[in-house]
Amino acid sequence: MAKRIDVSGLTAYYGSHKAIEDISMTVEPRSVTAFIGPSGCGKSTFLRTLNRMHEVTPGGRVEGKVLLDDEDLYGAGIDPVSVRREVGMVFQRPNPFPTMSIFDNVAAGLRLNGKYKKSELNDIVEKSLKGANLWNEVKDRLNKPGSGLSGGQQQRLCIARAIAVEPDVLLMDEPCSALDPISTLAIEDLIGELKERFTIVIVTHNMQQAARVSDRTAFFNLAAVGQPGRLIEIDDTERIFSNPSVQATEDYISGRFG
Amino acid sequence: MDTSIQTTDAPPPPPQPSPVEQKRAARGATRPGDRIFLGLSRGSGILLLVIMAAIAAFLTYRASIAIGKDDANFLTTFEWNTGLVPPEFGIAVLAFGTIVSSVIAMVIAVPVAVAIALFLTHYAPRRLAGPIAYVIDLLAAVPSIVYGLWGAMILVPHLNGLNGWLDEYLGWTGIFSWDGLAPRSMLTVGILLAIMILPIITNVSREVFRQVPRMHEEAALALGATRWEVIRMAVLPFGRSGVISASMLGLGRALGETMAVATVLSPSFTIQTSLLDPGGGTFAQNIASKFGEADELGRDALIASGLVLFVITLLVNGAARAIIARRKEYSGANA
Repeated sequence: MAKRIDVSGLTAYYGSHKAIEDISMTVEPRSVTAFIGPSGCGKSTFLRTLNRMHEVTPGGRVEGKVLLDDEDLYGAGIDPVSVRREVGMVFQRPNPFPTMSIFDNVAAGLRLNGKYKKSELNDIVEKSLKGANLWNEVKDRLNKPGSGLSGGQQQRLCIARAIAVEPDVLLMDEPCSALDPISTLAIEDLIGELKERFTIVIVTHNMQQAARVSDRTAFFNLAAVGQPGRLIEIDDTERIFSNPSVQATEDYISGRFG
Repeated sequence: MDTSIQTTDAPPPPPQPSPVEQKRAARGATRPGDRIFLGLSRGSGILLLVIMAAIAAFLTYRASIAIGKDDANFLTTFEWNTGLVPPEFGIAVLAFGTIVSSVIAMVIAVPVAVAIALFLTHYAPRRLAGPIAYVIDLLAAVPSIVYGLWGAMILVPHLNGLNGWLDEYLGWTGIFSWDGLAPRSMLTVGILLAIMILPIITNVSREVFRQVPRMHEEAALALGATRWEVIRMAVLPFGRSGVISASMLGLGRALGETMAVATVLSPSFTIQTSLLDPGGGTFAQNIASKFGEADELGRDALIASGLVLFVITLLVNGAARAIIARRKEYSGANA
């Protein structure tokens, strides 16, 4: 199921403002790629171009190519809705549907995709909650609202919701930034398990987190405020954190700026 | 602890405050500004309760005089003859007419208002949404007598076609049969009331839909929801209690609307099984058209009917609150 992402010459705009410019990279299937860089460098914008969420923002538009295996996500006749069913996303703040129960939250994406028998739904919901390491904590209260869970549990619920539809790719936009250290650890462990099945891309402000969870790390930077963000380098995480090939990366990682 | 910074020349400790003062201090009302504000706000709250109680007491007192003299059953009689000896009057027709016309108005107005609100918040381009919202606000500013005149002079003559159509296809139900009289009927009143309550329901719903957190909509979008599915998954459930509240505001106006109904309806103390036949009445319309010429007993009788309207309104509001409270833990409030 996991697919390769191949981005070439991608530029994204908010209205007339160019947010990121000419980004090219390849993300291997069944790997974790972390995006790091200072605030405003366009990591989240770039992430959102990978499932066509960028264009949801008023004025948002994209130039360039994003290939998922061999299919161009921005090709003519590609429906953004079907792209988002293949590329799942987890957001910065946990956002379970407040009006739905835990069960319905996980089943939400499935119900969009078509008809399932009750027993099939039960199986997939259980499997997804187990996949998100949440099953044991919620199995006795699946009919309670998802908003009653703790922040960390809510985020894992959102991960369960995203993986329930078996996407090819899972995008995570600073998934731990609103969580306490213990919940963060739980999510990081989970990311390690999920990469067996999915291609994962994660934006993080926490460099230790990038070092802990990712196989590859991409460093983004911008020349000055108002300038578009660019991809400075992407390499094996070990190399980025020990011996990066660009000085700016080393400066950022060693805390000299940003 | 501040004992550590006390010096030898510190003033002696102030006398212990009395228990009352301690209590007051705990409430944070020790400064003059706080005390004045507390007094003002508490006074306003109490004044409101006193006024409500006074209204209820007045209505109940005058109503009880009238009901005591009523020779017929006040709740089930299809008559309003306060001049008879002994007088006979009852609110059956008024209750029926008030509820039926308001229900028709709600059935028409709520779906349209929700649709307009969704269009304005989720479909319309911003350049279009502003002017449309403004026009809807204007609808709310039109005085009800103007609606009444428009209803009587424009709406009534133009509803013959609709009435004929309803009679032809749905006449067999009895509810929509029509014998060709000018449609100064419950349906016409309901349609007019629907137009009148549309702005308030639209505006409140629009505010509620606008407050749906962006992150809930993005959650649905990221799952591969179409725009309509986003609305169904994130917007409508979040706005549900708000739409109910909005509808109750509208219903309150429909129940109590006076001039427009009095201008359009051709009143009678009969219950028409067909919504298309003229006749019937509502509480407010009946009070407005009879109050001027009523004698003392007549006025008391009308006040008694007003009390019933008051009670109906309270019941409707209570029911709405119960509906909202039932799913409170699922509301967006604790997200």
